[in-house]
Amino acid sequence: MKTILSAAALALSLGVSSTAMAAPVKIGMITTLSGGGAGLGVDTRDGFMLAIKRAGNEDVTVVIEDDAQKPEMAVQLADKMIQQENVDILTGIVWSNLLMAVQPGAVAQGKFYVSTNAAPAPLAGKGCSPLYFNAAYQNDNLHEAMGQYANEAHKKMFILAPNYPAGKDSLTGFKRYFKGEVVSEIYTKLGQTDYAAEIAQIRASGADGVFMFLPGGMGIAFMKQFAQSGVETPVMGPGFSFSQDVLPAIGDAALGVKNSGQWSHDLDNEANKTFVDAFKAEYNRLPSIYAMQGYDAAQMILSAAAKADVKDTDAFRAELLKADFQSPRGKFKFNTNQHPIQDIYVREVVKEGDTYTNKIVGTAFTDHGDAYAQDCKM
Amino acid sequence: MISREWTVNAALALALLAAAIAAEAAGQVFYITLATRIAILGLAATGLNLALGLGGLVSFGHAVFFGIGGYAAGILGSHAFSGDPMIFGLEGSNSMPLIWLVAALAAAVAGVVIGVISIRTSGVYFIMITLAFAQMLYYFAISWPAYGGEDGLSIFVRNAFPGMNTMKPLSFFLISFGALMAGIAILAVLRGSRFGSALDVVRQNEVRAAAVGINPFPVKLTAFVLSAMITAVAGALYADLNRFVSPSMMSWHMSGELIVLIILGGTGRLFGPMAGAALFVLIEHNLGELTERWQFFLGLILLVTVLFARGGVLGFLAGKVRHG
Amino acid sequence: MTAALAIEQLLNGLQLGVMLFLMAAGLTLIFGVMGLINLAHGSLYMVGAFACAAVASLTGSFWLGLIASLAAAAAAGAIIEVLVIRRLYSRDHLDQVLATFALILIFSEGTRWVFGSFPLYLNIPSILQGAVSLPGGVQYPAYRLAVIAAGGLIALGLAALITRTRLGIRIRAGENDREMIGALGVDIRTLYTVVFALGAALAGLAGALVGALQSVQVGMGEPVLILAFVVIVIGGIGSIKGAFLAALLVGVVDTMGRFLLPHLLATVLPPSEAGTIGGSASSMLIYIMMAFILAFRPRGLFAA
Repeated sequence: MKTILSAAALALSLGVSSTAMAAPVKIGMITTLSGGGAGLGVDTRDGFMLAIKRAGNEDVTVVIEDDAQKPEMAVQLADKMIQQENVDILTGIVWSNLLMAVQPGAVAQGKFYVSTNAAPAPLAGKGCSPLYFNAAYQNDNLHEAMGQYANEAHKKMFILAPNYPAGKDSLTGFKRYFKGEVVSEIYTKLGQTDYAAEIAQIRASGADGVFMFLPGGMGIAFMKQFAQSGVETPVMGPGFSFSQDVLPAIGDAALGVKNSGQWSHDLDNEANKTFVDAFKAEYNRLPSIYAMQGYDAAQMILSAAAKADVKDTDAFRAELLKADFQSPRGKFKFNTNQHPIQDIYVREVVKEGDTYTNKIVGTAFTDHGDAYAQDCKM
Repeated sequence: MISREWTVNAALALALLAAAIAAEAAGQVFYITLATRIAILGLAATGLNLALGLGGLVSFGHAVFFGIGGYAAGILGSHAFSGDPMIFGLEGSNSMPLIWLVAALAAAVAGVVIGVISIRTSGVYFIMITLAFAQMLYYFAISWPAYGGEDGLSIFVRNAFPGMNTMKPLSFFLISFGALMAGIAILAVLRGSRFGSALDVVRQNEVRAAAVGINPFPVKLTAFVLSAMITAVAGALYADLNRFVSPSMMSWHMSGELIVLIILGGTGRLFGPMAGAALFVLIEHNLGELTERWQFFLGLILLVTVLFARGGVLGFLAGKVRHG
Repeated sequence: MTAALAIEQLLNGLQLGVMLFLMAAGLTLIFGVMGLINLAHGSLYMVGAFACAAVASLTGSFWLGLIASLAAAAAAGAIIEVLVIRRLYSRDHLDQVLATFALILIFSEGTRWVFGSFPLYLNIPSILQGAVSLPGGVQYPAYRLAVIAAGGLIALGLAALITRTRLGIRIRAGENDREMIGALGVDIRTLYTVVFALGAALAGLAGALVGALQSVQVGMGEPVLILAFVVIVIGGIGSIKGAFLAALLVGVVDTMGRFLLPHLLATVLPPSEAGTIGGSASSMLIYIMMAFILAFRPRGLFAA
């Protein structure tokens, strides 16, 4: 799909006055709008476009294309956007493996990449680039936060994740901060949807807590089956598995589960209230963490575009680094590797009326960076 | 006398070449990339066409050879880039001809193993067992940590070809186009050879083949292995085009797409895979611009082609296949 | 490892096997009678799950949803049989593979069109919530037990249908000699539509039953489809009995492999590596098993 939104039309209809601009900016968004992972891409796009629309800046155009969650497709679209559409900034990729395919080529051709979600370890460490920014987190962060949280009440943890790089990073991140004993560490097949065998092992393991990282449909399946198994061990996980896009499909089985996130829709600050209300008014649903990340990536680009010409790479980069915008997650600044330093919260799944959602119950880290920044030499 | 099919074939090949050169002249680099993609996918499907079109072996797992070729380029290239030796202390390499050789040999080994077991079966069993082997290697690639697993492997600098700057889009297109023409030429020579006749007899009737003293098994196995080797070279080029290789090159969707290319172009035609690849890339590119639901319409187009336009693009342009 | 854990894993394997059988039965029936290879069978499974989730959330009743899943999948099956599949019987397998591959694209994108990109909610009926205690100290989810029982009953019902009823006689006649049943005055076109719809309904039912345990989302049919193909190939294509035994074999081997391989490797490797390598090996296990079986019996265990 291709959509070119001239923000001018939107600005007129909203009656928002546009800020002074240095130069036009063309943004290429590659995200997942078809296939099993489309929900995440749709939220990313909607959050991003919400910020663009609210800014009403007529010099900012966005081209959106669907990568169908295929790395080859993402690479081809990136080539097209750079070679044909002449975009200045690329953004929007949800999955780490797609980003690993696109990022090296994009920065080599002198384009900015602002990540709305994917944050694989290599790009935060040795493979960091002055043109690559991450507006979300580093992939390990939310897992590390659960490891830290687990220290409070758990001594023996059972941990599981799918058998792929992000899964291994997840369990490594958890173990980096968890000080108790890991009684079992299991890697399941990617895309697996029946977890009876793993749940049986959890029952037999004598663990006092379960940490699981199973994104998308895998997590939905695991939680529903776990609830039926009669195993009482508390489950925890990173916020991806309990995000607004999957909670309705898990239902009651998710209630009470602790999970981590650098944001929650109930965070008490002005920017967040504005964001959540605007998102609900625009799309008639609660925003997910992906929507927030898309929104912030757009805010960040807009803040820099208001002060510098995107063609002047150094000046634009300096403006991006200032992160001069009001994030719904509260305070936000960039680390030396251009990944966020931010607070990470512990959230609990609750039911408000008919809606399943997350509520903040604690803070795992304040001003948390990542483990790879020291390897980044820029 | 030049037949109508050959006129169409030559026109198609020249059109692809001309499109890339025109795009270069107009400064539209992206269209060169599209033309390169057509040439490479066309070569991959040409490889499959040797097994499927000439040999009647409906392999639903050819993506595995495509992926093996891709990984050959990715692994050799990344070792050459980093300077770390591989297993047994072997050096990496960024020379395309050497990479193609390694890709073809690796695919030949895999092709022999898969072929020896699969070719004993026939019909649906063959379709399914090739699919099963592809799934096996797909899951292996996903969980194999050394070369990126599911994240795949980036090739930071495109591998080199003697005397050409492969980073220039047109140069890389010409290499891919040359490979495609060579692939088609190999198929043409094979088809006209004694081996080709034997394969044809085996495809049409194994009993009759046995009666005239042809042992079907080695003939089919040879076709299958050669087919795997050609597809693997295409995989190596594809990795260089994307500067990236990942297990999704081995997924069963990819296997399905390779078959789709042959059918779209017209089965049993030398230039069918190339025509199919051109149509497929154009559909994907243009439909994708029109609607987010492009896969729905791609499905419809495919369905209509299979049901009502059995000859594909070439059937439309060059008339029915003449049965000799 | 305790006996209770082993029993629980065995039950899990059986339950997976039973679900695979519901998918494989339709596939193998359709192949046996019409000689058709149907990749879109996974889409019918998805249709059943979506119909069940939609009706269950509308009416609040899982059981109505289950009926809806049967009806919707059978209807979808009958429609595609009349519009598309019917034209493929006389074609070779290649055309069948491609046309039904195209149907997958149409079904997946069409479902997303209707239901959106987010997974749907479908829960287990309240009567089957929670776990029950079995002899030997095993705690086991009631719903999974019910699925095993339901699958067993359906297998028996299918066997009775084929051996005892008029429809069954025609199906068997169709498997043996397609020209013959036409000569006997059976309306083949209707018979084919009925058999296809029956296979579709079984897939839809499996989708609904599994949807309550897993996640109802676009693309959910594809992994199951490939497993179901492994099942019918191992069992011998066209054989219902073969499909049943192979489904149980695949279910148990897959479950036990996932459970035992990492444990076995942990005796020689550090736990983290054992987990990774065991995980890879177990996801390849059933394909390796299939290759082995076909290497020795190229037409499966119970070829028709």
